[in-house]
Amino acid sequence: MQRFKINGRMVDFSGDPEMPLLWFLREEQGLKGAKFGCGAGLCGACTVHVNGVATRSCVTPIAAVDGAQVTTIEGLAKDDALHPVQEAWLEEDVAQCGYCQAGQIMAVAALLETYPDPTDAEIDQNLTNICRCGTYHRLRKAVHRAAKLKSGRAS
Amino acid sequence: MNAPVISTRRDILRYAAAGSALVIAAPISACSRRPADAAPPPLAEPTWFEGKVGGFVVINSDETITIAFPNPEMGQGVDTSLPMLLAEELEVDFNRVSTVQMPLEIFRGEDGNMAWKYVPQGSGGSTSVPEHFDALRQAGALARHLLIAAAAARFGVPNSELVARGGVVRHEASGREASYGVLAEAAGAMAPPNDPPVLKPSTEFSIIGKPQKMKNARAIVTGAPLYGIDAEKPDMLHAVMTRSPYFDGKAKSIDDSAARAINGVIDIVKVDGPTAGAPYHVLAEGYAVVANSLWAAMKGRRALKVEWDHGPYADESSESFKDHCASLLEGDGQVVREDGDFNTAFAAASETHEAYYWEPYVSHSPLEPQNCLADVTDEGVEIISPTQTPSGASRAVNAALGVDREKIKVMPTRIGGGFGRRLSNDYVVEAALISKAVKAPVKLLWTRDEDLQHDFYRPSGMHNLRAAFDSDGKLVAWTHRLASASKYYRRENVPESGYWEAELYPDDFPAGLVANYKVEYFSAKSGMPRGSWRAPAHTANAFVVESFLDEIAARRGEDPLQLRLRLLGEPRDLPYGQHGGPVFNPGRLAACLRLAAKKGDYGETLPEGRGRGIAGHFTFGGYCAQIVDVEIDGAGNLRVPRVIAAVDIGTVVNPNGVIAQLESGVNDGLSTALRLAINVEGGRVTNANFDTYDLMKIADAPPIIETHIIDNGDTPSGMGEMGIPPLAPALANAIYQATGKRIRNLPIADQLRV
Repeated sequence: MQRFKINGRMVDFSGDPEMPLLWFLREEQGLKGAKFGCGAGLCGACTVHVNGVATRSCVTPIAAVDGAQVTTIEGLAKDDALHPVQEAWLEEDVAQCGYCQAGQIMAVAALLETYPDPTDAEIDQNLTNICRCGTYHRLRKAVHRAAKLKSGRAS
Repeated sequence: MNAPVISTRRDILRYAAAGSALVIAAPISACSRRPADAAPPPLAEPTWFEGKVGGFVVINSDETITIAFPNPEMGQGVDTSLPMLLAEELEVDFNRVSTVQMPLEIFRGEDGNMAWKYVPQGSGGSTSVPEHFDALRQAGALARHLLIAAAAARFGVPNSELVARGGVVRHEASGREASYGVLAEAAGAMAPPNDPPVLKPSTEFSIIGKPQKMKNARAIVTGAPLYGIDAEKPDMLHAVMTRSPYFDGKAKSIDDSAARAINGVIDIVKVDGPTAGAPYHVLAEGYAVVANSLWAAMKGRRALKVEWDHGPYADESSESFKDHCASLLEGDGQVVREDGDFNTAFAAASETHEAYYWEPYVSHSPLEPQNCLADVTDEGVEIISPTQTPSGASRAVNAALGVDREKIKVMPTRIGGGFGRRLSNDYVVEAALISKAVKAPVKLLWTRDEDLQHDFYRPSGMHNLRAAFDSDGKLVAWTHRLASASKYYRRENVPESGYWEAELYPDDFPAGLVANYKVEYFSAKSGMPRGSWRAPAHTANAFVVESFLDEIAARRGEDPLQLRLRLLGEPRDLPYGQHGGPVFNPGRLAACLRLAAKKGDYGETLPEGRGRGIAGHFTFGGYCAQIVDVEIDGAGNLRVPRVIAAVDIGTVVNPNGVIAQLESGVNDGLSTALRLAINVEGGRVTNANFDTYDLMKIADAPPIIETHIIDNGDTPSGMGEMGIPPLAPALANAIYQATGKRIRNLPIADQLRV
């Protein structure tokens, strides 16, 4: 049996340990924010945090998160206050179809922990989620805005 | 802009009071596709959204206002732009409006045919805004009239002394006022006006033309379940499928024993494929693994062993198809337009030019794979799915199952990317067939490999262009010859002689501007399923025409912009018979080119390794020109630091949405030109996931995209597609300027590598 936390809540799992975390979140926990895009860890639509690390949940067997802390897009906002990345996404009006955006936001939230004020080159090297609508122009602006919002809150 | 005309009282908007809410339905008089003499449909009943929304707008006593958008939202912004139209006439603060997707609303008319209950509800062809521009403003004007009438009764004053603004009706002389929420219930009992409400002139617009952020952004950034893939029903089963990878292939043998042994697998259901060469109801023969959980279904699919025969196209490959197109172009094709006498003029000309271009098959690859929740019961069918054409879904289910269309409910969800893929409802048919077979609600989910290998691909083809100039430098002859596999293949009632209509738009520039002009089509054979891909044939044709002009300009020693401007000439209407007509105004395209050139520093001397290209195109009623900058290093690595665009789509409803769609078109065009091609080998697609279909990531996206809008107050066109066609040729023209290398085959892939 696996035991781990999702968005701060302890959960138990005793099913097939090979099942990707994505399906546990979506189909058994009712957390639909992480999306299925490719099933091969290539597009990033399924990105969640496992112990704070951006992780592609479609290729992460549930056995691998035993004892871990998993955060999904539904758990990113704290006490109804949006995360700075979510705020920046609204301010720059990034989303079009929106399908990839939960994964993008989770990837960027983790990126800012490593690079609090990322350069364009750091964004290019570390952000590899696919947006089929091509919102990259606003997405890049939103990453920079989120960095400012986040450092503003911290100071 | 033409004022809307409502001819009879019967046509006036219908409305109803539902509880304490005012519910406004829409005018069907504005629906171009409605049978002219159909009986007035029954009053809209609010049967969805827990009875809260019937037609287009609900005003509740707590002052909340909900406006429904009729067309499916797939990222093009209709969840915002269409409600803006209604809100403009309703006179409300748009920030207080929430918006919601309308279910499919159709009814059977007296002639027995199904008709739109309110307005057309498909998303495609950049039609949502132009098609609804009048109708939704009328709906808003009627709601405002009824609210004013309710206030008039309350205050005992004539309607004419009242003004509605900001969600309040006010009697200026007495200072009395009442909010919409207070008036809503009474408004529902008011009589409709004898004359249709007068719509505002554009000079008084306070919402239309002002940038509005996307209405459902907060739900998106918090991960709300908005999409088809998120839909659920109690006791729902899950299905995933394996399909013949070979075009029109059939199963030779199947061993489902291991799949059936997987814990949770309930059944294996065969879905019959189309008859070879016949119209598609689904794309391929396949087997659905139905299970009580998605993971069990996926494991079952992995365990399922099917051996496929290789079908009638087993010899087809990307190379063989290219050779086939090349050999077709050696002969004579079907002439679909000829002005003057091209052959004679070309032979007599002092200066001639010729080039060949190649466009590959490409896939839609929306990030949300195809999916559908279907519930087929004895009472009827319920469909919840991301579809661009909910009415098409209803039609397809009726054709496959024989269920009366009035008993087929379709709820379109937010769509995780459409791009034309979801104009087809093959996945809806599959889900309905599977649900019928297992007698339970079933959610079918496609895997990525199935999505990439079973698509209605953008047609591939080889283009041959020739042009001739006289000794005065006047363009005197032009021909565009195309050998391609048309998307009109395997359609009902389209003979091969009509295939060209999907692939060549004979009134496109430079038609009507050259005395001897000829368009010729060659129908190539291919087993690939084909369909509409964002801006369909415009993507291919803009690339070849705008690249060829650049080639000609270079050989003539003429500036590429000046060559275009002198060909386009002054503003005037030329007849345009294809979608986006009835006229093409070359002056509007010229204005876009001039503006983009000015804003994009066209003509500036650039350092080594830099290039700046220009291109423009008329797509579905909208004009767009782009300046693309490139930087290419010594190894041939390409970077696009900047794209500057000018667009003219007539009256602009939401400038923010227009800019978003332009940015989307630029990135879609760039992604596709850089690396995208669907490859065929042995009668099947070989791409299997995003490692072999390499969609662009942020690293390659231009950090600067500027959109300059020419809002000339003309009839509005849409904006979903016109941002794409100019990108690839402007990029290729920039690459030529930087390197001297001419890109004639797409994608660019490794062609620049040193």
